[in-house]
Amino acid sequence: MISIELDNLTKTYNEQIIFSGVQETVSQGNCLVVSGPNGSGKTTLLKIIAGLIRPSAGEIRLTVENQLIPREKQKDYLGYVSPDLMLYDELSALENLNFFARVRGLAKEGRKAEEMLERVQLDKWKAKMVSTYSTGMKQRLKFAYALLHRPLLLLLDEPGSNLDQTGHALVKDVIEEQKQRGCVILSTNDPTEVTRYGDRILHLG
Amino acid sequence: MVTGFFIWVKQAAAILQKDIKVEFRTKYSLNSFLMFALTTLVLVSFSVGPYLLDEVVHSALIWIILFFSAMGGLARSFVKEQEKGTVYALKLSAVPETVYLGKFIYNLSLLFLVIIIVIPFYIFFLSPPVGNPGLLALVLFLGSLGLAAASTILAAIVSQANVKGNLLPVLAFPILLPLLTAAINGTRLALEGFPLGKAMAELQILISFFAIMFTVSLLLFNFVWET
Repeated sequence: MISIELDNLTKTYNEQIIFSGVQETVSQGNCLVVSGPNGSGKTTLLKIIAGLIRPSAGEIRLTVENQLIPREKQKDYLGYVSPDLMLYDELSALENLNFFARVRGLAKEGRKAEEMLERVQLDKWKAKMVSTYSTGMKQRLKFAYALLHRPLLLLLDEPGSNLDQTGHALVKDVIEEQKQRGCVILSTNDPTEVTRYGDRILHLG
Repeated sequence: MVTGFFIWVKQAAAILQKDIKVEFRTKYSLNSFLMFALTTLVLVSFSVGPYLLDEVVHSALIWIILFFSAMGGLARSFVKEQEKGTVYALKLSAVPETVYLGKFIYNLSLLFLVIIIVIPFYIFFLSPPVGNPGLLALVLFLGSLGLAAASTILAAIVSQANVKGNLLPVLAFPILLPLLTAAINGTRLALEGFPLGKAMAELQILISFFAIMFTVSLLLFNFVWET
């Protein structure tokens, strides 16, 4: 059982307030959709939750099985897909996933990487360099990277971008499966995604 | 405790292996490293012409070439992660200290490779007297350890700045000054043919510099990496 609490999160850049007082709790089986116009701070909020940048004020409390997880350990429980997160172009898809499985210290890393590539339907191209992939294929690979360690919290920043219809179906399946395992926080400004996935909606800006 | 250490080593080895694989396929750092070192070497060789240089000048030239080559090449290890956007994936997956350890060994390997290529060329073009080759090798080895340890953490800091490439030599110079002074003196003693015992003070400084820089970097890397 997982629960994440965003407690009064505020972010300012050069004294300009991006967002302030964000207060939300997302529990097991839920999908929180963060929506808002460009520049409203959706990506920034997800990066703060992922621990990639620090909030100007406020706190994030992640609880797993009623145990509060310290900030530096929270990344072990989350998977993150974002347009800003890239994988290594000079490695093949399989080499990328094997590498991340090894640095995460996952057991049977080779098998896990292969399984994930099958899951995102990239197994046919697993030996190809990522530099030869289309943008949509790279997006699928990011899903494989994010799901490799079976995270309890999945953070998706614009997950549908550059995906074809099969890709969108994959996103839908991934979100449904993730809700069984834990919870999802998704940012989008696509109104169809807001209504399709959102159990709860946080509007910024 | 022992298990934790082996997990660290395994994860650092994965980062090292990945960096070597990427470098082998792109030759990004090694090319800039070698091009700078060899161009400088040829330039120095033409400037000096038929004049004989004394050991002090030779020692200084060797370390100036190594210092600036290292600044150009070693910064790439982190700058590339930042520029290509892979830094987020790495930050979310790896223990910060294992990133430092992996990158340090990778930078050290690059530095050794450059030394193995550049020093024979230097000796061939400029014909310095090498009175004690064993001591020269030891000074180059210990100097490289310190240079790689300091450059790795400084490259991580610089990679987050806007003017990445130019900042590293400026930041590194004051920090590396004790190392460079000891390395230049040690190299001079080696060229002049002094025995190992005469260079103990320089060797102690080089070892201490590496030990301090490596330990402090490991302790502070988490802060640098997460900020």
